[in-house]
Amino acid sequence: MNAIVDTRTLDPKKLIKGATGDWEVIVGLEIHAQVTSQAKLFSGASAEYGGEPNSHVSLVDAAMPGMLPVINEECVAQAVRTGLGLKAQINLRSVFDRKNYFYPDLPQGYQISQFKSPIVGEGEVIVDLPESGGQITVGIERLHLEQDAGKSLHDQSPSLSFVDLNRSGVALMEIVSKPDMRSSEEARAYVTKLRTILRYLGTCDGNMDEGSLRADVNVSVRRPGEGFGTRCEIKNVNSIRFMGQAIEYEARRQIGVLEDGGSITQETRLYDPGKGETRSMRSKEEAHDYRYFPDPDLLPLEFTQDYVNELARHLPELPDNKKARFIKEYGLTPYDAGVLIAEREQADYFEAVAKGRDGKIAANWVINELFGRLNKEGNDVATSPVSADQLGAIVDLIGENVISGKLAKDLFEIIWTEGGDPRQVVEARGMKQVTDMGAIEKAIDAVIAANPDKVAQAQAKPTMIGWFVGMVMKETGGKANPQAVNDLLKTKLGI
Amino acid sequence: MSVDQATVRRIARLARIAVTDEEVPHLMGELNAMLSFVEQLDEVDVTGVEPMTSVTPMAMKKRADIVTDGGYPETVVANAPMTEDHYFLVPKVVE
Repeated sequence: MNAIVDTRTLDPKKLIKGATGDWEVIVGLEIHAQVTSQAKLFSGASAEYGGEPNSHVSLVDAAMPGMLPVINEECVAQAVRTGLGLKAQINLRSVFDRKNYFYPDLPQGYQISQFKSPIVGEGEVIVDLPESGGQITVGIERLHLEQDAGKSLHDQSPSLSFVDLNRSGVALMEIVSKPDMRSSEEARAYVTKLRTILRYLGTCDGNMDEGSLRADVNVSVRRPGEGFGTRCEIKNVNSIRFMGQAIEYEARRQIGVLEDGGSITQETRLYDPGKGETRSMRSKEEAHDYRYFPDPDLLPLEFTQDYVNELARHLPELPDNKKARFIKEYGLTPYDAGVLIAEREQADYFEAVAKGRDGKIAANWVINELFGRLNKEGNDVATSPVSADQLGAIVDLIGENVISGKLAKDLFEIIWTEGGDPRQVVEARGMKQVTDMGAIEKAIDAVIAANPDKVAQAQAKPTMIGWFVGMVMKETGGKANPQAVNDLLKTKLGI
Repeated sequence: MSVDQATVRRIARLARIAVTDEEVPHLMGELNAMLSFVEQLDEVDVTGVEPMTSVTPMAMKKRADIVTDGGYPETVVANAPMTEDHYFLVPKVVE
């Protein structure tokens, strides 16, 4: 273990006000991410979620006597890819240990994990803060491979627990952060970013509802400038929103205890989303004596730097790189680029629309019109009724001055509900912008002739021109080019 | 290194082995005899020698990521004292 270093400078805006002064909250996270793989970490049984009880279980997973674990090489590759994505040190030699404890859904009586020598060492994640603005770097302490446990159901009977071992032996990556976060927002943003990275890499699906991503949250508080306080660990939080709530509650609870003259005991707590509070898990005094030792059934995990290089060579473009490229290549704002890269599918959609077109207009349409509409309908990009080709055609029609921005929104609506080729729809429904100056001039003349009083007003007060533009647009059924109308009106009105 | 009676009780509890008070002194003697036997290794100077986890100088065997096993829940629970719908049933263990 590396010594705990405080990497952050105090930000007064992030402090929590107590009754007797300000407090700083310190958060560190252990994320359990299920490795995307077909089979389990040490057996050939399926790693798929769900399934009939005990149907994805081999005799290895059920810990029958004499069964031996054999490691799944893809799970190793996935851990290395993840380490590379976290800009972390990859250890060419790591060791599997047994972590001993008793629980009915752990048939071996121990979990195979990595204690002293993990497969991945120190790395870092750069995190944008959407709410308070700015950027932080969260250090990664380590990443190790381990087995998941089975699942116990306690609500099926008043006196019995039901045990299903389908999840037993599925590969997990435990990703341990340094205590580098100083607010619930930072913790939420970190998990969001980590999830994005994992999904880009294809090493974890990030599905929190199915438990593919779960967090153990370490929280402590201190007076500004003091050393780290005693932490409490909130176990198994499976939603980013709940994690934020749990941190807020736990920090307040600890501040309350300390301000009342008490002290914090290091313990494990659970978050109850229904009540919005954390509570102590009945602490078993010897719960933490895991008696780790190297698993004699497994040899050290060794691979070459060439193997790592080969995996690195096939890594997809990572979120940070994609964001930088979007800013540079398409002239996007960091904010827009950040929105687009949050999911790989969204970024791919945007690139399909933006290729060979104006990137800013494309981003505007993808983010504001498309994402806005998709969110409203609870849809995502994968099931969007408007394809990237169709949206691209709409952007083209705007760029070619065939339709105005306003008509483009109507056109988007038509394509969303009815589908079709945008060009043909514009043609068929007469939505083309009038760029014929003769027709525009005729409409302007008609408006001027009908409103001599307004003409006088406009000449006295040039901002009145907006009223004329509106009238002319109305006269032309919204199809006139507003810029052309504006320019010609200025000449005609002499302003 | 040697263990006292409290340590013997603690080890037994961690291993979920029921040990009566009468058995403790005897077990303590046995454990301490084993420990002092192993302690002979302390005579060897192992400065600079990396801890060995295996005696076989070979690389770990790996499997391909293919589903080759499972799909026999009735076999998995065959020896369980109590089952229902292929679940293992155990005395309630909720925290």
